[in-house]
Amino acid sequence: MAHGPAKGLTRWLYTTNHKDIGSMYLWFSFAMFFVGGIFALVIRAELFQPGLQIVEPNFFNQMTTLHGLVMVFGAVMPAFVGLANWMIPLMIGAPDMALPRMNNWSFWILPFAFLMLLSTLFMTGGAPDFGWTFYAPLSTTYAPPSVLFFVFAIHIMGASSIMGAINIIATILNMRAPGMTMMKMPMFVWTWLITAFLLITVMPVLAGAVTMVLMDARFGTSFFDAAGGGDPVLFQHVFWFFGHPEVYIMILPAFGIISAIIPTFARKPLFGYSSMVYATAAIAFLSFVVWAHHMFTVGMPIAGELFFMWATLLISVPTGVKIFNWVATMFKGSMTFETPMLFAIAFVILFSIGGFSGVMLAIAPADFQYHDTYFVVAHFHYVLVPGAIFSITAAVYYWLPKWSGRMYNETMGKVHFWLAFVGLNVTFFPMHFSGLAGMPRRIPDYNMMFADWNMISSVGALLFGAAQAVFLYNVIAAILSGKKATDEVWDNPEGLEWTVPSPAPYHTFVEPPEVK
Amino acid sequence: MLKTAYRLYAWMLGFTCLVAASSALAEEAERWQFNMTPGVTPVSQNVYSLHMQMFWWCVGIGVVVFSIMFVSMFLHRKSRGAIPSNFHESTALELVWTAIPFAILILMGIPASKSLIDLYNTEKAEIDVLVTGYQWRWKYEILGEDVSFFSNLATPRDQIEGHAEKGPHYLLEVDEPLVLPVGKKIRFLVTANDVIHSWWVPAFAIKRDAIPGFINDAWTFIEQPGTYRGQCAELCGKDHGFMPIVVEAKSDAEYRAWLDDKKASAAALAELTEKTFTFDELYEQGEQLYNRSCASCHLADGTGVSGVFPALKDSPVATGAIEHHIDVVVNGVAGTAMQAFGKQLSEVDIAAIVTYERNAWGNNMGDLAQPLDIYNHKQGK
Repeated sequence: MAHGPAKGLTRWLYTTNHKDIGSMYLWFSFAMFFVGGIFALVIRAELFQPGLQIVEPNFFNQMTTLHGLVMVFGAVMPAFVGLANWMIPLMIGAPDMALPRMNNWSFWILPFAFLMLLSTLFMTGGAPDFGWTFYAPLSTTYAPPSVLFFVFAIHIMGASSIMGAINIIATILNMRAPGMTMMKMPMFVWTWLITAFLLITVMPVLAGAVTMVLMDARFGTSFFDAAGGGDPVLFQHVFWFFGHPEVYIMILPAFGIISAIIPTFARKPLFGYSSMVYATAAIAFLSFVVWAHHMFTVGMPIAGELFFMWATLLISVPTGVKIFNWVATMFKGSMTFETPMLFAIAFVILFSIGGFSGVMLAIAPADFQYHDTYFVVAHFHYVLVPGAIFSITAAVYYWLPKWSGRMYNETMGKVHFWLAFVGLNVTFFPMHFSGLAGMPRRIPDYNMMFADWNMISSVGALLFGAAQAVFLYNVIAAILSGKKATDEVWDNPEGLEWTVPSPAPYHTFVEPPEVK
Repeated sequence: MLKTAYRLYAWMLGFTCLVAASSALAEEAERWQFNMTPGVTPVSQNVYSLHMQMFWWCVGIGVVVFSIMFVSMFLHRKSRGAIPSNFHESTALELVWTAIPFAILILMGIPASKSLIDLYNTEKAEIDVLVTGYQWRWKYEILGEDVSFFSNLATPRDQIEGHAEKGPHYLLEVDEPLVLPVGKKIRFLVTANDVIHSWWVPAFAIKRDAIPGFINDAWTFIEQPGTYRGQCAELCGKDHGFMPIVVEAKSDAEYRAWLDDKKASAAALAELTEKTFTFDELYEQGEQLYNRSCASCHLADGTGVSGVFPALKDSPVATGAIEHHIDVVVNGVAGTAMQAFGKQLSEVDIAAIVTYERNAWGNNMGDLAQPLDIYNHKQGK
């Protein structure tokens, strides 16, 4: 059984090995992270000063749309699937994923989906310009011709995510090593199991939404056109029924990562494991009944407003439990602050700040002032950048020695962290202020009253972008010439992944390990 | 605490940037505003106090949680020789930190629910204003008063492109503001003609989505006279950032005078429909109107945007039969972004625009349209 990987390019094309596929997912996500980052920098460059300097309003809208789509579907989601591919079999003592061929396919359709999406930039009429939320009728009757490519690309991304989710569920439910009961699974496995169920529930809803958009845009139906008996608000309900669980899809696996890293560097077991599991399940359940808090201004009846406001407030309870558990894990530990731990601590603090603005946004009357302003932009970047991006970064630093067998440069890791931390806050904190002062989101130009905050944000964005170049260099340098990592890598970490050699051999757990 | 730190940081950083940029910017705009406006209506003040209440709750919770975290990070570090404990469960503790947030959120939710119910009570309004969103302008109609007009961005193109100094109300100024009386309950009925827009005036704490085919309502009671500015808050296409809202709140007498004024100018305009204009008059006015109403899509030089907005220079419409040209402008083109301008512009305006489009940029058709032609076209003749 001790055969290694095939040689040449076909190794990657035909591979059914969870580690190869995991690596491909991670590299793809890294590439998309830079593409989406460049789009963000175009936005920030235009917003550096009032007036139109660099891009036309139409192109600006294409940038906001593609930035959102690429970051959500290209950077964050594939990164988590990549981490799942690498880590879930190692964490539960399985030799591979349950459905290896489907695994290959679910990765390989992704690059084509994004090639198709990004090719719209070069088409007549330009790329999609209706925002990543593609509200009808802006995305139907008023859309550029490239909307067709957008729809098809989303379909492929959805198919990829659904297959990934099925694979993860099948692996976790069927392939755990003997003795690995459900309540012994690492939190990352738990959070991914719940995320996978969210994915297979809502991705078909998104597929339905884009199909209806396609029908309205090209085949004369009127799902979202009031003149033909349809309803533009229906689109928003369908979209956010997907969209709200989607934001939890982007954060639950992060909770799992943080729950792995903090105990390692606090040298103390995770506080309240079972309450963490229940809290994750509660958040997932609640995510299905809060979608219309994105739509407080569409003119819902008062009963609807009240229901969605209260349901949204409820989410803060299980989320609070998680934060308190992490703090309790740190309390009376024996902490060291290596790069993964720095990112994990920043996650807890900054994600909480994003949570605070989330609670404020839940208050429907106040949301009439916050809605669709930079306050919302600040909010969701505070949950997504320190939430998803920082946790993925922490995960890469934490497990890279296991994947590559080599250590990254700790000093450079810390430089990366502090640049990213400062850059993030300088970019996104002033957005709270410009939003409260009254700046709407998705505008290419603005009054001078917002000029100062925007200039600061733009400077911060450049800093944050530069930090990621350090990250890329650090990862490549580690893989090529980092010093050899031990099998345990860290100081007595918990989990089966640390029982295999570093780098993890091509095939692991061919004989299932015994879990006590 | 964090906020103060960031403001301090923002000041320091902003100051350096400012030195470089200040020459290009006007001085009168209020800068560094960092909080929500309390506004000028009972509802907006209520919303503001809710917002501040929420903010302080968050600050309080943040201070407690982060302090414990920082203390622990300082005391319980390996470099200080901390020995890790091994506790990892406490049902009592977990019940406490489930119950406390639950109680807090009830305290947050009750006042919010009360103001929401108040906010939704649009009954017994004294004045009804129909607000309609268009790409990319607002139309206001004072119901029962026979006053209806469009409100366009008034900021000159030169300021946007940086050829002229920006005024203090850059992008927040319109040609025809909405005038409303103070001290009366006013109801807004909000809808749209094409895509979804959102009518937002921060000083009133009103943000209502304008949805084609549906009518939303909101109400206000303005307490202080003044000029209140807002913007479209829902992405509505290319010029989403260029459709501001200006409301002037005045005394009831001034409001009445404004209504009469509006009616008089509408009557004067109707009379003009029967007048015959010279080519030069039409062409000259057409150029101005074209730049205001058409150039955002078809561009000032008539070349359009390939694949989305057709060029008018050498186009089959502008150089074809004039009846068809008038029809396209009056009735729009179904299923495209070309709107029906018949209800948005007067007969005189459409005649001027058609004349301009047929003769500008080397189209040189040499013919012209008179207001009466447009009127007849609308009547189906």
